[in-house]
Amino acid sequence: MIETDKLTKRYGHLTAVDALSIYAEPGQVLGLLGPNGAGKTTAMRMIAGFLAPSTGTARVCGYDVRKQPLKAKRAMGYLPEGAPSYGEMTVREFLIFIMRMRGLRSEVGRRRFDEVVGRLQLEDALNVSVDTLSKGLRRRVGLAQAILHDPPVLMLDEPTDGLDPNQKHTVRQLIDAMARERTILISTHLLEEVHALCNRVVIIAGGKLRADATPAELEARSRYHGAVSFSAAGSGLSQEMLGRLPQVAGIEVDPLDGRVTVFPKPGARILEAVESLLRQQGLEVSEIQLERGRLDEVFRQITLGAETGAQP
Amino acid sequence: MSPTMAVMRRELRSYFVTPVAYVFLVIFLVLAGILTFYADDFYDRRIADLQPFFVMHPWLYLILVPAVSMRTWAEEAKSGTLELLQTLPLTLWQAMLGKFLAAWLFVGLALLLTFPIWITVNYLGSPDNGIIIAGYIGSWLMAGAFLAIGACLSTVTSSQVVAFILTALVCVLLILVGQAEVMDFFQGVLPRKLVNGVAHLSMLRHYEAIARGVLDVRDIIYFVLTIAAWLTAGVLVLDMKRSH
Repeated sequence: MIETDKLTKRYGHLTAVDALSIYAEPGQVLGLLGPNGAGKTTAMRMIAGFLAPSTGTARVCGYDVRKQPLKAKRAMGYLPEGAPSYGEMTVREFLIFIMRMRGLRSEVGRRRFDEVVGRLQLEDALNVSVDTLSKGLRRRVGLAQAILHDPPVLMLDEPTDGLDPNQKHTVRQLIDAMARERTILISTHLLEEVHALCNRVVIIAGGKLRADATPAELEARSRYHGAVSFSAAGSGLSQEMLGRLPQVAGIEVDPLDGRVTVFPKPGARILEAVESLLRQQGLEVSEIQLERGRLDEVFRQITLGAETGAQP
Repeated sequence: MSPTMAVMRRELRSYFVTPVAYVFLVIFLVLAGILTFYADDFYDRRIADLQPFFVMHPWLYLILVPAVSMRTWAEEAKSGTLELLQTLPLTLWQAMLGKFLAAWLFVGLALLLTFPIWITVNYLGSPDNGIIIAGYIGSWLMAGAFLAIGACLSTVTSSQVVAFILTALVCVLLILVGQAEVMDFFQGVLPRKLVNGVAHLSMLRHYEAIARGVLDVRDIIYFVLTIAAWLTAGVLVLDMKRSH
């Protein structure tokens, strides 16, 4: 369980995180989303105990990070931004150091070590010093470090940053596999990550909470939600007729590829009406799609509005 | 294994993975040898003891100890591992103590490796080995005090060069403050009580007392307190940086 209670961090006049209250429970993968400089990393650092909050607090598995920092840190695995690790150590030495720091007993420790190394496919890198690793491998070492003690709470600051698509896929599978009984907080600015991983999303901008919803709920806020788009040759006349349908609010045509998007009036469902009209007209539709909504558009809407409104 | 021990072992290892350790050991041993046998009147005195050897130590440490201590925290701040370390379940005190002990043991090793000088003196004559052991203890305590200063000042910056210079500066002040010439200068300017108080802060005064073979509890307490005070100050700086 992760809970923040009016978590605030001020640097002089700048408020990096402003009275942020979020909550995540076991089984949840909560995505912390926001533009660069929104306060994602600062918020995570406070929850992880690296920075002290100016006011407010956070709780990890019920342990207050201000009053019981060691208990909170024991319950949590944390991947800091950029996955820092001691460059001169080999991967094996580094992971053993973490095991010792976490007080893992040798028998349990060895089992966990083998398991984590296997899961993250680090077998071949064990005797290589961290300094010489590729970015992707280093990130995986950071992840290994965070999950070594099998923590109930996991916080990952941009876990797939700098990874290639295959590595991203591996890391997401790993997170997915761990999600069942754990509370996972992931910060990211990649919207695809939200679809792939998160079952809830918190959007922050200017240090403030702007949205707290499921990905589907966010998509429903998009003006594309429920819209129907299709590609068809010679659809000029049909466009006019589509516009006259009572459920339809408007039509847009992409000037580049001629793709037509039909927007519904609020709450209306238009897929069937559009399809039957196109059939009547005898148009050859090469492809038709019911839009779920576009997260990037919602993200822009929420964060841009916030930035102009909040900061002086 | 406790987190303190884990940090200490990691630090000790890291000394020997990089060339720093070997460079330090070689320079320390070479300088200790040269300064003892050639720069001073080791032979001319015709006394079998290690007084010339121990007299050099404060000045040797002045250059070499900051080189060992500068990386303690500055490097962690620079490479970002500070965040990793501070989000692992250990207190700042445990981390500080682990790092300090590693550095102290390392300098202790350097001291132990000067044993050929001790053998030489025993070969040439029959020195009072009790005094020599006291000298080693005093020297190691003084190195600890310098290292604690260095560990503290390494927390205030992420630049190792700055940490080095600050440490050398403070150490040279603490050496000079007890010298008669310096004290005479202040005698005229400051009240006598203050001057006497300041003189007690002098590293040299306490070190020389021990190196003469007088293991006075007060001198030992002085070094232990100095170490504790600077380490505490370092922990306070680290904690302040958290809340910035």
